Amino acid sequence: MLTFTIRRLLLSIPTLLFIAFVIFMLLELAPGDPMAQMPLTIPPEVKEKMRLALGLGEPWWVRFPLWLKQFFIVEPQYWIDSAFGTNFADGAQRIISFQSRSPVFDTIAQRMPQTLWVVGMSYVVGVLIALPIGIISAYRQYSVFDQTGTFVSMIGFSVPPFFSGVLLIVIFSVQLKWLPSIYDTTHVVNSWDSFVVQLRQMIMPVMVLALQTTAQVSRYMRASMLDNLTQDYVRTARAKGMSESVVVMKHVLRNSMIPVITVIALGIPAIFGGAIITEQIFKVNGLGQLLIIALQGNDIPMVMTITFLLAVLIVMMNLIADVLYGILDPRIRYD
Amino acid sequence: MPDGTTPVLDVQDLKTVFRTRGGEVHAVNDVSFSLRKGELLGVVGESGSGKSVTMMSLLGLLPVPPAEIRGGRVMFDGQDLLQIPAKTLREVRGGKIGFVFQDPMTSLNPVFTVGYQIAEPLRKHMGLSKKAAAVRSRELLELVGIPDAEQRLLDYPHQFSGGMRQRVMIAIALACDPQVLIADEPTTALDVTIQAQILELMKELRDKLGMAVIWITHDLGVIAGIADRVMVMYGGQVVEHAPVHDLFSNPKHPYTTALLKTIPSIAGERAARLTVIDGQPPLVVGPPTACPFRDRCAQAMPVCATKVPSRYDVGDGHDAACFLVDPLEVAHAG
Repeated sequence: MLTFTIRRLLLSIPTLLFIAFVIFMLLELAPGDPMAQMPLTIPPEVKEKMRLALGLGEPWWVRFPLWLKQFFIVEPQYWIDSAFGTNFADGAQRIISFQSRSPVFDTIAQRMPQTLWVVGMSYVVGVLIALPIGIISAYRQYSVFDQTGTFVSMIGFSVPPFFSGVLLIVIFSVQLKWLPSIYDTTHVVNSWDSFVVQLRQMIMPVMVLALQTTAQVSRYMRASMLDNLTQDYVRTARAKGMSESVVVMKHVLRNSMIPVITVIALGIPAIFGGAIITEQIFKVNGLGQLLIIALQGNDIPMVMTITFLLAVLIVMMNLIADVLYGILDPRIRYD
Repeated sequence: MPDGTTPVLDVQDLKTVFRTRGGEVHAVNDVSFSLRKGELLGVVGESGSGKSVTMMSLLGLLPVPPAEIRGGRVMFDGQDLLQIPAKTLREVRGGKIGFVFQDPMTSLNPVFTVGYQIAEPLRKHMGLSKKAAAVRSRELLELVGIPDAEQRLLDYPHQFSGGMRQRVMIAIALACDPQVLIADEPTTALDVTIQAQILELMKELRDKLGMAVIWITHDLGVIAGIADRVMVMYGGQVVEHAPVHDLFSNPKHPYTTALLKTIPSIAGERAARLTVIDGQPPLVVGPPTACPFRDRCAQAMPVCATKVPSRYDVGDGHDAACFLVDPLEVAHAG
């Protein structure tokens, strides 16, 4: 298993390099000018100088390796320096945002916690709700519970977050005035009361994202459980005198989790993508909003870096899903 | 090797139906039989005759719904298995009655080690510690003839061949020294040499452990070699029941006679074709109103279509459900 993991990690390097190249070339070939939002009073020759100052005078075969060097060498050096007080980076140029002229990674580090809180929490909540729903729906197939679950997950599948989000805001913020419609990023949790405030502002974005997760994962869980509940080994377990809880929660669940684990792992990058829209609606000052603003401002280094980080996440989650597969299913051995 | 007359298992008038869209399928109709200590009862019949369903009904292993046990009594250990609470029934399953299923390839859980799966009933029913269960599991694997048992306990089912997996299944069924072992076509999925090995193993184990065995099969050759008594099932009913020698030498029911003719002989000239029983076995929708075999029976009489034959005693523990041996009908004809 270890050699498999190492081999896969090594293989992911060329994959990621290729992805980086594709993203870079897409941004390169896309129309748009980082200077477009500058005031019209700035003369064209000054704009041209500003362009040159941003490094846009160089051809792509210079800028792409430079970005790679900054991403893979300078940035890690910088973070090691700031953590251990060493001096590897030695003042080398970091990736700089066109818009804010500050290092891209500093901005990302500022925005990350908000996204992780909302997105991460919603995913954990979504999965934790989905698994029991899937198990019970399958065990009591066609019961009222199962029918309700099917109905709710159909809604979760078909209603996009930009609709359900706005709907929640209209009901709970505008009409009932129970919850704030805007997520306050500057809010600091330091007491019980401020924790309650944080909880209240998190509820709606978390629920919107969790609905999607729950809908998807619970359907997979249900299907997988149904597949396994009719297997011969389940009858064997019953014939051995095992109680229903052991039969279902041990024998069946262990087998059913194998495909579901893949769905859960591969869903993590997808939920980050989905969060872009949800963050806009609830004004969460997170990564998704950062990406949207960067796209609008033609902030190529920022867009490039965030998109590439998402790609890294996808590749890593694929790897993790494969490794978990091997751990859960003894029939799969990679070595 | 029956050693007395007290039955360990006594089934009376068992009735099981399946609710389907096409109506109620009566899979088991008033099946009665008993099993004495140390005895091997063979149950034969073609596919769909209700053999497996009968045995699974005894232990409540059928999915409810669609299955439903409509009536009957299953006396075991002084209690009716159909009436006792689920918890008590679970103590009987795997503890006092072991079950071996037909398909060894799918009957073991693929994600647990064989050692774990054998130890599970040991820990539950006999309350053994992890260590004691491991020791006993090794003994069981050795008992069923799996070499290198200590190592193999750590293996997963997919690392075993079909025959070896069936041995593991038998080891699980035998784990808690059951009084009764129900083997549901345990050799059907295996090739002939492995089948012979398993048969030898079962005979040996029965002699060694003295348990009663119910052996379900559709292979009469197997039955001839291993059983003490035979029960022939057709359309969810017991059509004939006799000591093994009696059944083969003196079959009373036309179905049994036809079944015996289908056994290919290796002696003499090679027959041009295998003998078959014409027609299809019936799917019994609704309660039976006539003899289920009448459409395929060469000796069918008008009375066969009007009522269900009961099991008429023809002497020496031999009975058959056919109007040909009904004393009343015989008197009529005579």
